[in-house]
Amino acid sequence: MKSLKKRALVRNIIIYTILILIALCMLIPFLWMFSAAIKNDREVFQIQPFVFIPENAKWSNYMTIWTKIPFAKFVENTVFLTIVVTLLQLLTSSFAAYSFAKLEFKHRQGLFFAYIATIAMPWQVYMVPQFIMMRKFGLNDKLLAIICLQAFSAFGVFMMKQFYEAIPDELCEAARVDGMSEYKIYASIMLPLSKPALSTLTIFTFVNTWNDYLGPLIYLKSEEKKTIQLGLKMFISQYSSDYGLIMAGSMISLIPVIVVFLIFQQYFVEGVASTGLKG
Amino acid sequence: MAEQSTTAKVKKGLSRQTKRNLIAYSFIAPNFIGFAVFTLVPIVFAFALAFMNWDGSNPITFAGFDNFKQLGSDIFFQAALKNTIIYCVGTVPLTMIASLALAIVLNQKVIGRGIFRTLSFFPYVASLVAVTSVWKMLFHPSKGPINNILYTYFHVPMEKLPQWFTGSLVLLSMILFSVWKYMGYYMVIYLAGLQGIPSDLYEAASLDGAGTWDKFRYITWPQLRSTTFFVVVMLTINCFKVYDIAIMLAGGGSGELTTSATVLVYYIYQKAFMEWKLGYSSAVAMVLFVLVFIVTMIQFRGQKKYSDQ
Repeated sequence: MKSLKKRALVRNIIIYTILILIALCMLIPFLWMFSAAIKNDREVFQIQPFVFIPENAKWSNYMTIWTKIPFAKFVENTVFLTIVVTLLQLLTSSFAAYSFAKLEFKHRQGLFFAYIATIAMPWQVYMVPQFIMMRKFGLNDKLLAIICLQAFSAFGVFMMKQFYEAIPDELCEAARVDGMSEYKIYASIMLPLSKPALSTLTIFTFVNTWNDYLGPLIYLKSEEKKTIQLGLKMFISQYSSDYGLIMAGSMISLIPVIVVFLIFQQYFVEGVASTGLKG
Repeated sequence: MAEQSTTAKVKKGLSRQTKRNLIAYSFIAPNFIGFAVFTLVPIVFAFALAFMNWDGSNPITFAGFDNFKQLGSDIFFQAALKNTIIYCVGTVPLTMIASLALAIVLNQKVIGRGIFRTLSFFPYVASLVAVTSVWKMLFHPSKGPINNILYTYFHVPMEKLPQWFTGSLVLLSMILFSVWKYMGYYMVIYLAGLQGIPSDLYEAASLDGAGTWDKFRYITWPQLRSTTFFVVVMLTINCFKVYDIAIMLAGGGSGELTTSATVLVYYIYQKAFMEWKLGYSSAVAMVLFVLVFIVTMIQFRGQKKYSDQ
């Protein structure tokens, strides 16, 4: 009995040591960011002794960043893009997915195959011709380009369709017998039922659009069109040694994603987990 | 022809089937039109462009296989391909092992499991620009705390301190960073896999006197085969697409990469948007496509195999 207890203790010690080490690895960069954001140039790299919150904490860094670069404009652009893309994505994919999952029509297989065939196609393979096309449409250096680029993904349709297929057909049949139109069935039956799937799609789209770098880099050239990511990168290359300010900007760029993540966390985890199970 | 016969049958108004088709199309149209214009057309265009020469404004000329032949002697392309593959070979197994280990630990009854799980997702949702800039501070060659510790406690001489973001160490930095950023994501996939393993398998093994390692070796690992397969495939595909990590960790002031850090997607970007060799850039893109396509095919075959079992 004693040795069993001892073994359990050893096991627990090992497990918690691993956990704490991993948690530290995960957290240290963020703690460092927080701490460096309120330090001056002299303190910023000092680790002997390391002070988490310096005596004269430079909270002003969080103010200065807004005046050094048009940070407010970047935030505005990013918020606008993220909201529009997320809404469009939710609306159009759930709309299309309803049709693919619950309606019989001509060319259903063929149309859906178009989506499947492209799901494994990396965007990077066709980003160049896409840019050429968008430029032809006069969308170069327009926020609209990013919306067109992000809002109609095959992934969204695919995910929503999977979800709708799990909802029994009888529900729709019964509504049809009652004389409900397809639009009404979608809006008043399917949509309310699909909150979990919509939440998963929301968080994925939100995080992707908020953090996207290469898309905006290709399309958004003028300063007043830039997103937070581009703006921050620009700031970093201009003021590469202003570590306090860089970290303050980074902190600000993280807050919205972290908040949205914490709110929708459960759906995020479920979404990731189910992609693994379905393969 | 089939359409003619149906329209002939129903003279007054639209037939019921046509009406149903139209309703169905009206649901699909908003997404499909956007998808077709901004994804399908460019994809077709990309394949065609790889066999052309074009600078974006002058007339297009046909190039046949010239672009591909040129790739064979392009040192910078070969460096990009080589780096991308090395990056994959390093990142895929390390991330897999780290995320599996984390999942196994978090699958135990430990205090604060939820908090740990949330924490391990932070790197994944955090924006690259923000976290790479911290990373560059932590690993700063002369001032960063990592090298500072190496110097002070491990007595590594000043001139031998690792230059994390230049030369041969760049790829290692990229790999370590990727493991840190993405392990939380794959951990969740593994966690779902672990929860699907029937607990009586472990109970039976305990009765037979199996130790922790035996349980892992003979139950956990084989039971997780399809999950591991999926994780490896996803990781590999994502590694082929690497770009921003390289730019942020190793890019110069205007975002340019040297031969030691260049990757395929960067080369596509550079050839297209800096040199306007659109055909050549598309040829490089085709190489990326083939790599991803091969992995996807392997996935399809593997999936069949696992679902048959």
